[in-house]
Amino acid sequence: MTSRLDRLLPWRRLLALGILSMNRRNADYILRYNPRHLYPLVDDKLKTKQLALAAGVPVPELYGVVETQYQIPALHEQLGRYPEGFVVKPTRGSGGEGILVITGEVKGGYRKSSGALISKEEFEFHLSNILSGLYSLGGIPDSILIEQRIDFDPIFQNVSYQGVPDIRTIVFRGIPVMAMIRLPTRISDGRANLHQGAIGVGIDLKSGCTLAGTWKGALLEQHPDTGGGIAKLKIPHWDTILRLSAACADLVGLGYIGVDIVLDRSKGPLMLEMNARPGLAIQIANRTGLHQRLKKIEALDKVPASIEDRIRVAKTLIDSKII
Amino acid sequence: MKNLHLNLLALILVAIALTLGAYKVVRLGLPLLPSEEIEVWSVEARLSFKAKNKPVKVRLILPKAPPGFLILDEDFVSGRYGLTIHEEKHNRIAEWVVRRAKGDQALYYHLQLTRPPEPKTEAKPADKKNRRELPAVPAQPEYPPDLAPAIAALLDEVRQKSADTVTFTRELLLRLLAPSQDANVQILLRDVKTPHEKVIKIQELLAGAKISSRLIQVLTLQEGMRHGELMPWLQVHNGEEWVTFDPQSGASGVPDNALIWAIGNEPVAMSEGANSIKLDLAVSRHTQEAVRIAEQRARKLNSGLMEFSLFSLPIQTQHVYRVLLMVPVGALLIAFLRNVVGIRTFGTFMPILIALAFRETELLWGVVLFTAVVALGLSFRFYLEYLKLLLVPRLASVLIIVIILMVFISLLSHKLGLERGLSVALFPMVILTMTVERMALLWEEHGPGEALKQGLGSLMVAVLAFLLMKNDVLQHVIFVFPEFLLIVLALTLLLGRYAGYRLTELWRFRTFLSQGNQ
Repeated sequence: MTSRLDRLLPWRRLLALGILSMNRRNADYILRYNPRHLYPLVDDKLKTKQLALAAGVPVPELYGVVETQYQIPALHEQLGRYPEGFVVKPTRGSGGEGILVITGEVKGGYRKSSGALISKEEFEFHLSNILSGLYSLGGIPDSILIEQRIDFDPIFQNVSYQGVPDIRTIVFRGIPVMAMIRLPTRISDGRANLHQGAIGVGIDLKSGCTLAGTWKGALLEQHPDTGGGIAKLKIPHWDTILRLSAACADLVGLGYIGVDIVLDRSKGPLMLEMNARPGLAIQIANRTGLHQRLKKIEALDKVPASIEDRIRVAKTLIDSKII
Repeated sequence: MKNLHLNLLALILVAIALTLGAYKVVRLGLPLLPSEEIEVWSVEARLSFKAKNKPVKVRLILPKAPPGFLILDEDFVSGRYGLTIHEEKHNRIAEWVVRRAKGDQALYYHLQLTRPPEPKTEAKPADKKNRRELPAVPAQPEYPPDLAPAIAALLDEVRQKSADTVTFTRELLLRLLAPSQDANVQILLRDVKTPHEKVIKIQELLAGAKISSRLIQVLTLQEGMRHGELMPWLQVHNGEEWVTFDPQSGASGVPDNALIWAIGNEPVAMSEGANSIKLDLAVSRHTQEAVRIAEQRARKLNSGLMEFSLFSLPIQTQHVYRVLLMVPVGALLIAFLRNVVGIRTFGTFMPILIALAFRETELLWGVVLFTAVVALGLSFRFYLEYLKLLLVPRLASVLIIVIILMVFISLLSHKLGLERGLSVALFPMVILTMTVERMALLWEEHGPGEALKQGLGSLMVAVLAFLLMKNDVLQHVIFVFPEFLLIVLALTLLLGRYAGYRLTELWRFRTFLSQGNQ
């Protein structure tokens, strides 16, 4: 109920809805449940990938690692072997920055997922910037991952614009609590980060069906670029995705984590990366407060050991219906 | 709970700060608010003499706890002379000695005085002391036979018209000062030429009435006085304390600007082994912050707490700390603006450093110069982007360009006669460089809107921090009561566990607010 008092003191309403604030996320969840010494496992995408490979968690194939400037010019020849394209990522990047998705080679350069061309010189400059630490946390020198480009599941064909949609699941104490799918738009330049202009669409944890999306703070039923309907899509392999997310959280041992998963046409769900400081926009996408769900899980004395049990807990504890 | 621990810690910090602060205010009398300035007299005594290539010994009587004044500071310029200070009876004496000196010599003594607002605290212990040691009743002097009748007549007359020592003295002085002196007085003052002799004569007369008296040497303080002279004044003892009389006017009591320099008629400056010793007194008046005086007074109370006062540091260092101590306040503001309001800035503490630079440039100029340097730096940075430079050389290039811009702005504004523009040199150039770099990146990646938003946000926070850090009351309070930094720390710690919404989050989550009743 929106009483007059609530209008006067708007935070009362947010509190009642259990909306997690940035300060609370940091103070009560990240600082409390994420031991700092485990951060490198997720901040360094190469380490994450190695951990995942060792544990048998499916990930996009790694084509190569670039660690020094002089490796860059020799790269073109090696990359010629991947006509279907590839992805360049800073190993320690954050917020999707510095990621370059190449769909193929053209004369004198490459084609980006947006369709724009990038000259070989610009490509080398971009890679050199990554190595210098331009996109890394704290500006420390970085390395570059070159990975398989995801050929995403056709179900998303109509609802993403030049890029790979990914599924972000927040996992708390090993239990998935909230999920959304992030759809790239023209504005986001093919990237799936909400603050870069991608669309966030909430997902019902029980059924794996999408809810209505939010884009730039407004509700959305259709993709702004493709016109495809984004609500009520059934996400394939949903239970696998939940299991994978929970397993990834176990892998790194962080208590509050965001797991990003992509759906490959042939390989199914692949873990893309993990984030020890997952953003709050997922609440807007789901139109539900995270805090109320987190509190329920915090109240549990013991979290079940098996992943199946945890997902059952998630599905019973969490009531994903729109408020 | 963790929060209980933190709250207790904050409470303890605040309690310590308030206790120390209250002690300083109540017990030591430090002003809580910056008050007006107080008048301070500074006196310079210059002793000049000619040395005769022999051992020299110079004595100067120094004021000792002059009534109505508080000595704030004194210092000596002694050159090669060895200096000792000791007390003799009522006076304090400085003695300079040197084994051999030749030619014109000069020694200096500087004294700073003020009149404390309530002198009663100083005066009381002196009273008790005097009461204990009553001066001896003077022996009946033997007047010359030709004067004795005139003196006896005068004293009789005065005695009849007076009730006690003080009124007796006043009556006597009135008679001696009257423009139409009677015959007796004329005879008495026949051979009195200098004021000094006059006071000696009055003392003689008072001794005839068994009144203890003494000569004091008084400096009348006047602003801008170059060659001040010590004047002999008279003090008589009324059985309880010494009462002062100006023998020139007959008025009793010590005027506000009369400084009692020495007691007794001994010359104030004396020398052995030197010729023509001369004492020159120069007086000037200036104003000083009341807090310094309160602080010096507190120090005289011998409080251990004051040993750790920032006022004990050299002035230069004090100025540095005046600024530095405001940084925590600025940091608290930043923490508040970022975690409670939710304003985003380039670099956490960059706005504080910019705000510190604003102190020198003043606000309007600061904003103009900052905007100019960043805007020009940004346009160069966009050009550099085109050259595809590696990160560190690129940052270094931006730094060099920022410095060149600063030089250029200084030169240009100097040519235009805008002297304020010179203060651009005080901007923290590395911070400016990083601001330019981050702004350029943000511009590239998230568009000019976001870059300008954060740029303006940073500037706004800098302006707010500047206004807060420039606040005189706050500056005074933190500098005089540095323990209040503990309160700043406590607030910052509490802010560190603030889990509520940021003001900007109310906007961010506005869809939840606009949802109807469901």
